[in-house]
Amino acid sequence: MAITSIKNLKEFSTNNDRFEGAHTLCPGCAHSMIVRELMNCTDDNLVISSNTGCLEVSTAVYPFTSWDTSWIHIGFENAATSVTAAQVMHKVRKKKGTLKDNDAPVKFVAFGGDGSTFDIGFQWLSGAMERGHDFTYICLDNENYANTGGQRSSATPVGAHTSTAQAGTHSYGKKQKKKDIVSIMAAHGSPYVAQLAPNKWKSMAKGFQKALEVEGPCFINTVSPCCTEWKFDPKDTINLTDLATDSLMFPIYEIIDSHELNILYRPKNPIKVEEYMAAQGRYKHLFKPQYRHVIDMVQKDIDDKWDLLQRREEARL
Amino acid sequence: MAVKFDLNEREVWDGNYAASQALRQADVDVVVAYPITPSTPIVENYGAYVGNGYIDGEFVMVESEHAAMSGCIGASAAGGRVSTATSSQGFALMAEVLYQASGMRLPIVLNVVNRALASPLNVRGDHADMYLGRDSGWIQMGAFNAQEAYDLALCAFKVAENHSVRLPVMVHQDGFITSHTAQNVYPLTDEKAKAFVGEFVPVDDMLDFSRPVTYGAQTEEDWHFEHKAKQHKALMDSRTVIDDVFAEFKELTGREYKRVETYDMEDADVVIIGLGTTVETARVAAKNMREKGVKAGVVAIRCFRPFPYDEVREALEGAKAIAVTDRSSPGGAMGAFYNEVAAAMYTSKSRPMVTGFVYGLGGRDFSIEEAERIFAEQQAHADAGHITTDIQQFSGLRGPHLGFFKTARG
Repeated sequence: MAITSIKNLKEFSTNNDRFEGAHTLCPGCAHSMIVRELMNCTDDNLVISSNTGCLEVSTAVYPFTSWDTSWIHIGFENAATSVTAAQVMHKVRKKKGTLKDNDAPVKFVAFGGDGSTFDIGFQWLSGAMERGHDFTYICLDNENYANTGGQRSSATPVGAHTSTAQAGTHSYGKKQKKKDIVSIMAAHGSPYVAQLAPNKWKSMAKGFQKALEVEGPCFINTVSPCCTEWKFDPKDTINLTDLATDSLMFPIYEIIDSHELNILYRPKNPIKVEEYMAAQGRYKHLFKPQYRHVIDMVQKDIDDKWDLLQRREEARL
Repeated sequence: MAVKFDLNEREVWDGNYAASQALRQADVDVVVAYPITPSTPIVENYGAYVGNGYIDGEFVMVESEHAAMSGCIGASAAGGRVSTATSSQGFALMAEVLYQASGMRLPIVLNVVNRALASPLNVRGDHADMYLGRDSGWIQMGAFNAQEAYDLALCAFKVAENHSVRLPVMVHQDGFITSHTAQNVYPLTDEKAKAFVGEFVPVDDMLDFSRPVTYGAQTEEDWHFEHKAKQHKALMDSRTVIDDVFAEFKELTGREYKRVETYDMEDADVVIIGLGTTVETARVAAKNMREKGVKAGVVAIRCFRPFPYDEVREALEGAKAIAVTDRSSPGGAMGAFYNEVAAAMYTSKSRPMVTGFVYGLGGRDFSIEEAERIFAEQQAHADAGHITTDIQQFSGLRGPHLGFFKTARG
């Protein structure tokens, strides 16, 4: 694979990329940072598919497109299927010699939000992972159905307010725990799965490159803070991501061949989740006396999960 | 290079096997599929051809029919020849993505082995799935036997991939009656078949990176209407391409296909118009009726979409009483096929009497005697000079007679 090595952020921002800036994502949305990073980390040709969601509706509104590479969107659920079938067609045409450029390396990447990845497209993703196609699936996890106005998904964390898991006098918001999508994908026997964050852009680029390089179905969950639905100032996206990774709400780690777990970022001084929550409007009700216990509950869950991750890393199981 | 597959001049194939041989001869690059009775053998056979080196393509078994059509779309946009097969519930699960395939103008060929839609669950043939596809923007062709399932599948690729069409095509055959009944089939040699179908020439190829393409963009009220109107025009314009492909096929094989087929129609007073295997039953019944002095004829729809209104009107102009046969539960209306034919005949000079029969649901056999009864009833309308029954009746149904809708005509 032709790897683009990026030394600093300035170089990164001026790199000749294949994702045009003229999209309609919200100011401060992390989606575009993550997509640009993927597309800048390789010189290989790219076939990109997207599930329906914020990224899709903001980047291909006729007669415009932000994609200066091959791109396809079918429905809410099937980006994993469309891109892997395109990959199969590439294999056949390469063998038959019917490609325009038969030797140029091509990578196949699917993007989905957490709604399409954790919920409605879960079966399509699982099927594509099981079939073992050589592709990379990247989930842009903003923990809600942001495109349709902020409904709960199975990625929404406990205690968050959403329009379909409302906080009020009788409810603290979402009651159910977030689905552990990374473990589920690792359990498919994937050669490479990871959870990455755009504030740790070097480890993100490295993770993307590993996923593109390794043969087989790879999955990466990326945290993509949503200023619109999480309710924070658009200028604070990366600051908020720092709080997410430093509170260990979003631990950064990879799992190779479904067992070799490596933690990629260890905050020197982990912060309390309370600090992360206080920076967002979606958790503000938790600071009322009757719901304080939810913050403690979430903190305990984070501590337990971090402990588990460290034990898995040590045990290599 | 694929291993040579030996074929006899005459083979004994069922409709499923016939369709799968067409897929092999057309050198389909990728089949993305999910099994469902009664269409399963079509894709199983393609998988067997791949497994034994008879074709240089790839067979992808996915986890649902929705994924099967989603995969067909992705593979087709990647610039190669794509096909699959399905039936009934699988077709219904595909419904969302059928519209995407036609909207993106992808030349996918879908073999539909017609089967009833649940509930109650039923694996036998009726046309509920075919009707479900009628607004999806696909071309829909109907085969009445195994030979036609083979012939039309070859024609389908040529129509779909014509650069002035670029639309997906369904080739329908009746579940079990055609799909599982072994009949004589005269295949083309591989060389002739390949030359007829031709090389696949991609348009807007996702794997041509010198010219990046965006598939599946969004359009709202500013552009959506223009796109859909253009798509409809392409579907309407495909009529001449279908005619041309059928003419070329006749030259090659001597077998003639028309978008509307007519049998014993030169002087017919009473007519059954039908779809699928029903046509062959009605043809036998028409011959029997003619022996009894009834001028009976049969009209068959080869091309359900784009619907051949003009050709139907021309075929039926001059007839006195027409029975339209709908093999799908009408769901609170006249049958969909009845409505098409009635609309066509409203534009005719003679405005003949048109009544509808719902029949054969869930694979209930449609017998020659039943078709003769329908002809006799049409003759009674013709003799009386007006429709003597309800407009909608049920044929072959047990229990009390069911009839709906009246006419205000004399």
